[in-house]
Amino acid sequence: MATPVLKARAVRQNTLWQRLSAQFSGNNFLVLITFALFIAIYVVGVLVYRSKNFGSLNSFFDMLNSNPGLIVIAAGMAMVMISGGIDISVGGQVAMYCMMFAFFMEKKGANAYTMILIVLLTGIVFGFVQGILVAYFRIQPFIVTLAGMFFARGMTAIISTQTIDITNRSFMRLATFKIKFPFGGYTNAGGVYQQPFIYLSVVLALVAVAVVYAIMTWTRFGRSVYAVGGSEQSALLMGLNVKRIKLGVYTFMGFLTAFGGFLFCLFSTGGAVEKAQGFEMQAIASSVIGGTLLTGGVGNILGSFIGVLVQTTITKFINFNGTLANGWSSIVLGAIMSFFIILQSVFAMVRAKRR
Amino acid sequence: MVEPLVTMRGITKHFPGVLALDDVDFTLAPGEIHALMGENGAGKSTLVKVLTGAEPFETGEIRLAGNPAPVINHSPQEAQERGISTVYQEVNLCPNLSVAENLFAGRQPHHGMFVDRREVNRQAARIMADIGVDVVVERQLGEHSLAVQQMVAIARAISISAKVLILDEPTSSLNEQEVARLFELIRKLRDDGMGVIFITHFLHQVYQVCDKITVLRNGHLVGTYAIEALPRRDLVAAMLGRAFDDMAAIHRRSEDEVDRGGAPVIAARGLGVRGGIRPFDLDVYAGEVVGLAGLLGSGRTEVARAIYGADAADEGTLVVKGAPVKHSPIDSMRAGMAFCPESRKDEGCVQDLSVRENIVLAEQTKRGAFRLMSRAEQDRITREYVDLLAIKTASLDTPVKQLSGGNQQKVIVARWLATHPDFLILDEPTRGIDVGTKAEIQRLCVELAGEGMAILFISSEIDEMLRTCSRLGVMRDLSKVGELVDDEMSSSAIMSKIAGDEAGDD
Repeated sequence: MATPVLKARAVRQNTLWQRLSAQFSGNNFLVLITFALFIAIYVVGVLVYRSKNFGSLNSFFDMLNSNPGLIVIAAGMAMVMISGGIDISVGGQVAMYCMMFAFFMEKKGANAYTMILIVLLTGIVFGFVQGILVAYFRIQPFIVTLAGMFFARGMTAIISTQTIDITNRSFMRLATFKIKFPFGGYTNAGGVYQQPFIYLSVVLALVAVAVVYAIMTWTRFGRSVYAVGGSEQSALLMGLNVKRIKLGVYTFMGFLTAFGGFLFCLFSTGGAVEKAQGFEMQAIASSVIGGTLLTGGVGNILGSFIGVLVQTTITKFINFNGTLANGWSSIVLGAIMSFFIILQSVFAMVRAKRR
Repeated sequence: MVEPLVTMRGITKHFPGVLALDDVDFTLAPGEIHALMGENGAGKSTLVKVLTGAEPFETGEIRLAGNPAPVINHSPQEAQERGISTVYQEVNLCPNLSVAENLFAGRQPHHGMFVDRREVNRQAARIMADIGVDVVVERQLGEHSLAVQQMVAIARAISISAKVLILDEPTSSLNEQEVARLFELIRKLRDDGMGVIFITHFLHQVYQVCDKITVLRNGHLVGTYAIEALPRRDLVAAMLGRAFDDMAAIHRRSEDEVDRGGAPVIAARGLGVRGGIRPFDLDVYAGEVVGLAGLLGSGRTEVARAIYGADAADEGTLVVKGAPVKHSPIDSMRAGMAFCPESRKDEGCVQDLSVRENIVLAEQTKRGAFRLMSRAEQDRITREYVDLLAIKTASLDTPVKQLSGGNQQKVIVARWLATHPDFLILDEPTRGIDVGTKAEIQRLCVELAGEGMAILFISSEIDEMLRTCSRLGVMRDLSKVGELVDDEMSSSAIMSKIAGDEAGDD
């Protein structure tokens, strides 16, 4: 009987098409769709709201400028979800970090740079503890981070129940540091030229995303995270140290959350108990729209960034329209997420059939 | 004589209350495929686990080629470093990673702090080419067939260390062509001087690839034989410790005994599922065991699912005992059908529930959630079927996961018998269980039919069907291609039907 798979012992030469299709067979395919969707929505926005400068660079940069924290945390969320877990404590943590900045700098006269260090360290410890509970005590990530969420919100209120605005000069210098672009602006109704700019925080956020992407794509640790998310049992039998990898994921996530909290604070410049309400859900939504599966093993860090863009574009749409209630952005977002989840399962079914 | 790769002498091991291995010797030479045979619980897995360090042992010694002193492995990782790798029945790889990444997970070639992906792919392509498997290594593992995945697992094992390869039931989920490919690979490895330990329940596969057979029974070594010296019949006798006549004692019912006067219990006419099973006709009368033969994926299970209503039929009609029925599993249950699915792990037993809870499950569902069965009634039913099927369990409250595979299978059968069905579908009821239990289940089928039940019996083992069924439907490519009755039924007749007339020489 002919057995076509077993052939001469020559190393296989793949055709260009085989290499390309292998590239886009897995994680990257869903991201591609997300990206196409984003472009489509954006182009429609540009065409519909031509008169309102939807298409200007300023308008695009606005989307980044108002979301540096979400950009970082959504990237981290994708990592956690790829490992097969979830982190719903990020909203509470962000509120806590904002309050730490506001309270200690404004009420206790702490130095801004010292506070940045303290907040980042707090994040690492926070993530480490959650990681220990998930990896070594085998508690569901949802439960662990739910407890983390309550803890962080409670801690925020214990630090202070006031709403505190930040006026610290070195902090505000960081917050208002702009990188201006010499082109792409527009002249407003009053005849003043609006120069497009991005905040320093956006640059930091994009660097963080690039770092997370590089780690997840090109390091042993990152590839092991994919392996653990794909099949924990198999990863164990392949000799990977699953516990340590999970601990690494949550600790790194703690750091990213603190860093994202810092960037969030640079934008919102204040602390309050109810800050960053529902932030965790925005981060999860961005990751899901960006093609990351809740079941683990499949996802792309850059997808989360595009997910954030999709979300903010929809909000922008509603705002530019002016007559629509804000509730519509939630509804549209829900619809888009449903679309993506359906798309993912269709994708999975097609693949199952092809096998 | 060449130095053996593995020499195990006088291995003894207890589990709480059981002597798992009693003074067992085992020798594996290079360039040899060595079958390890025995019923469930005979000690095959324990022996392998002792060798790989997954379980400790009490007395005896293990020597490995190249080590002057006896060796004790403390973990599978340690055994792997000494050149012993195991590939399990379930592929233990990550379907979401590429073939290359699976081969190198945790040990990728590095370039500073980054993985050298190009090098990973290059080396992976080399490895797959070396064992002669033609795949695009950049592709995700999950996109490949189970057979290829199994071979990737083997490739990973041998690329880490290449002296002893243990294959634990590697063929259970493969179809015949895939098994053939796998065997070709194993033979190639043997010719390269590797020692292979092969554990399987499929007797005929042993005779296809193995050079030697070691038989265990109840933790004792029965003996090690050259393959030519131990014909199949003697192998079974050695495994069972009793004569082969037990098997022969099953007398299938003949078609003449079946009363075709009344309406058939099941009458399917042109029943089909779009994108699934093609329209088929099938009658099953009370008192007959009808078999469905065909390759894995030829539509055997799909026929059962269409009849039971697990897949909604798009066309055709189904008449049960003269009355047309609607299609859903609960309606089918109420109409007197019972369906024991193929995979007892996923679709059958609820592993954490007790034997009693598992057995009364279907009957309770049939009655509805609001008509609870009393504890006494549950006990009565459970005891009745535990006795009838000789289910070996410590108590009625023992969780099913603590039972052996064969006993779990009996629990599922018991669950459906407890609903007193007129029509029983058994999908691969004997897969992965030992020969003795197999014979019991086969005999039970024939007896139940004798008492007037109609049974649809699905199996990959032709011998088994020939022993139990009085009529056979033959499946090919999701169509029912024919039926064979009584004297027409023989291995060769079934094979040529499955192969199709035009491909008789394949």
